[in-house]
Amino acid sequence: MKAHSFRRVLLCTALSLAPWLAQAATADKTIALSNNYAGNAWRQNMLASWDATGKQAVKDGVVAQVDAFTTAENQATEQAAQIQNLILQGYNAIVVDAASPTALNGAIKQACDAGIVVVSFDGTVSEPCAYRISMNFKQSGVAQMDYLAQRFPQGANVLEVRGLAGVSVDELIHSGIVAGAQKYPQLKIVGTVNGNWSQTAAQKAVAGVLPSLPKVDAVVTQGDDGYGTAQAFSAAGRPTPVVIFGNREEELSWWKQQRDAHGYQSFSISSAPSISSLAFWVAQQVLDGKQFPHDLESPAATVTQETLDASLQGLPKGGIVSQPVSVDDLARLKPAATAAN
Amino acid sequence: MNASNPLPLAATQRPAPRERARLLRSALPGVSLAVLLVAIFIMQPRAMSYLGLNLMLNLAVPIALATMAQMLIITVNDLDLSLGSFISFVACVAATVLGPHPWLGSLALLGCIAVYAALGALVHGRNLPAIVVTLGMSFIWMGAAILLLPSPGGAAPAWLQGLVRIKTPLLPLAIFVCMGIALLMHAFLARSTLGVILRGAGGNPQAIGRRGWSLLRIKAGLYGLAGTFGVLSGLFLVGLTTSADANIALRYTLLSIAGVILGGGEFVGGRVSAVGAVLGALTLVLAGSLLSFLHISPDWQIGAQGAILILVLALRAGVNRLEARP
Repeated sequence: MKAHSFRRVLLCTALSLAPWLAQAATADKTIALSNNYAGNAWRQNMLASWDATGKQAVKDGVVAQVDAFTTAENQATEQAAQIQNLILQGYNAIVVDAASPTALNGAIKQACDAGIVVVSFDGTVSEPCAYRISMNFKQSGVAQMDYLAQRFPQGANVLEVRGLAGVSVDELIHSGIVAGAQKYPQLKIVGTVNGNWSQTAAQKAVAGVLPSLPKVDAVVTQGDDGYGTAQAFSAAGRPTPVVIFGNREEELSWWKQQRDAHGYQSFSISSAPSISSLAFWVAQQVLDGKQFPHDLESPAATVTQETLDASLQGLPKGGIVSQPVSVDDLARLKPAATAAN
Repeated sequence: MNASNPLPLAATQRPAPRERARLLRSALPGVSLAVLLVAIFIMQPRAMSYLGLNLMLNLAVPIALATMAQMLIITVNDLDLSLGSFISFVACVAATVLGPHPWLGSLALLGCIAVYAALGALVHGRNLPAIVVTLGMSFIWMGAAILLLPSPGGAAPAWLQGLVRIKTPLLPLAIFVCMGIALLMHAFLARSTLGVILRGAGGNPQAIGRRGWSLLRIKAGLYGLAGTFGVLSGLFLVGLTTSADANIALRYTLLSIAGVILGGGEFVGGRVSAVGAVLGALTLVLAGSLLSFLHISPDWQIGAQGAILILVLALRAGVNRLEARP
């Protein structure tokens, strides 16, 4: 019979597609990225990573649609409105790099109540129904001080360059630096400035505070500020201290140049911008029905004197050290120690 | 026109086109909002529901309240550059002090209003430019907010969260609140005697002063009222977001100015419209939604938002010329 053979063909097709279907149970799902800021190298790299992963996933039929939305003014209220618009547009999952860990909670809760999977990363949100993926920022502050303690066993004057005042990541890294200063009393914080995670702002801020400071042996930073800091020192004609970098290409190039010229040594640590791809895969897997703890810790990317050349290899201008992320990398994610840190 | 007998004709016919232009002018904010709404409903039919309207408009209420505050300041020819940081500060107070110590919190908020009234008195008494005074205040509010809440957090009192989430019948709460503010303030400013005097203080302060009204009290009163709306805006905002952040409402400074201007207000004292200002605030919020539904690339969104603003203002300039034509 015609209908019978037709059914058989259907069955055969279904069987041959079975391994495929297992992976593509999310083939009709849509995922959106809500991003609060795109004005520095890290965010640009993060968006590029999201874009690449998303396009590939759509091409492979893993999901139906992947979009990215960035707010114009880095304001929590604007992003809350944006998330509410995304709910209206019927996305199945919303991935968020949040302007504030708390001010979006109302909108995030509305998304969860509408049955939407919410995954926050980098700038995470404290609303319990969302997933959080973040580097251990406090630990990254401690790691900087660990390195300096080993470089300066006799003690050193340290300048701290902080990020944007009132933003949680800045507070977390700062708490790590403070903890490090308590752990190593020989490291003395002689000054603190806000570099706002921008090379130019950092250069201006450091140049402004330098005349009032004693000899500075080392500078701890938060990323996107190490190069500007080093420039401020050389412009003021002061000896270049050990500046801890944040994995940016310009910083690493400068480091390499200084190393080749007079054996400059340093250390670099930052969150890898491919964390956006990690968040994408978590969202996709949760849509697929997999279980994850709600607080996940992503590994930090570091560059040492030994790995400097290898890290610079193939790093594009304006790039940041990162590693491509695939769905298999989710296995490496550790549950974070405490909720929202 | 009829040259042989101009006088009676001029008296009966000339006002007609000017009336029409004035009508057109006051209808413009409403018309632009309606056009935006229709465009949104076509783009995203899901928005045409209780849930959809609620999602799109609930964050418009604090902006509408902020716009109302800004409008009161603009009434007397001044501009408030501290409004955004003031609202952020109020949100921080509400998220930290108001819950555990309701009396202390309420007292602090009343104090905020008193500070605003004092600012009005200062601006008038010392004849200082309001822009400079409020710019200075913006740093003070911002610093106070960071001192109160160094890192984002806190929790809005449960009653406040419940209040802003009330599910009203037929239409979402946001629409009722916006209509309420608009009509109340319209009745006050355009229909009451006091309102006329307040607007007059912006349009022709000398005349009002000569009539024996105290300009100091008028300015202090208007600033105090603006502070009250600022406090309401902060409370409503923190109720929606559930917790605060020292930077939470910085954007409201410029949004509120844009809202007043979009709604037909002018930087020439006394020419403001309460209904228009609320419609202007809603237009700004919905323009953001429309751009998001259109899938316009984020790089272009800021520019597109500006283009919508310029378009509406250009339309108004056209209407104004129609009105001015003899």
